[in-house]
Amino acid sequence: MTDILIYKIIFYCFSAVTIGSAAVVVFDKNIVRAAFALFFTLMGVAGLFAMLGADFLAGLQILLYAGGILVLILFGIMLTQRLVDVDIKSGRIQLLPSIIAGLILLFFMTIMIVKYKWNIATNVVYAYTTKSIGALLLTDYILPFEIASVALLAALIGAVMLARSKEK
Amino acid sequence: MTNPIGLQEFLIVSAMLFTLGIIAMLTRKNAVGILMGVELILNAANINLVAFSHFITKELSGQIFVMFVILLAAIEAIIALAIILSIYRIFESVETDTIKNLKG
Repeated sequence: MTDILIYKIIFYCFSAVTIGSAAVVVFDKNIVRAAFALFFTLMGVAGLFAMLGADFLAGLQILLYAGGILVLILFGIMLTQRLVDVDIKSGRIQLLPSIIAGLILLFFMTIMIVKYKWNIATNVVYAYTTKSIGALLLTDYILPFEIASVALLAALIGAVMLARSKEK
Repeated sequence: MTNPIGLQEFLIVSAMLFTLGIIAMLTRKNAVGILMGVELILNAANINLVAFSHFITKELSGQIFVMFVILLAAIEAIIALAIILSIYRIFESVETDTIKNLKG
């Protein structure tokens, strides 16, 4: 019994961290602080993955999102803001209509989620997923896997082409 | 063995994250802020995929798709930041309402 209670407490902690820091990402005027709050959002999502039995994806989330994409975003902020002379606050537009539209959207999505009778399986399995994911990637999903590597290469070449300065 | 937290709780967390991402995309003027809103929306979709994979199908196809979504998010961040850098080189700003001229 106490295990279940601890599990529930941990779930609500991860959810609160995720939603709270996502709110900071959205509503903070300082863009650098928003980027650092995104780190905690990604960590909370990794914790939710772990609670859903996806151990490999939790590690991948921390490695790729918090370690890779977030550093890219921080680079983007640092390279495009004059950090020394001007304050780095970023303006916002149409704040109130967006919040109202978002609340309406959330209201209807919540009604749909609660009312619908989900066809939930009776037992859930907790097993190590890394070996199965590796086997699936090289058998059933080999074509998307290879296409993804080609797409990554194309993205790297395209980024170099776009971002280099044109000097003659 | 059953999970003490139901499917609906995970879906509601995901819906809240999605809504916050939509609000970020609508209200931010900084292009990097819009990119962060897109990342929030992709994370909400990932929570949904893993939750359905855990509670309903009990196989790993949902988790495989989350892997591809994470990889495509990385690609999207790389390309978007390259475009933002070249916009900044031309317009000296990444605020989306100052970027008005088509042939800069």
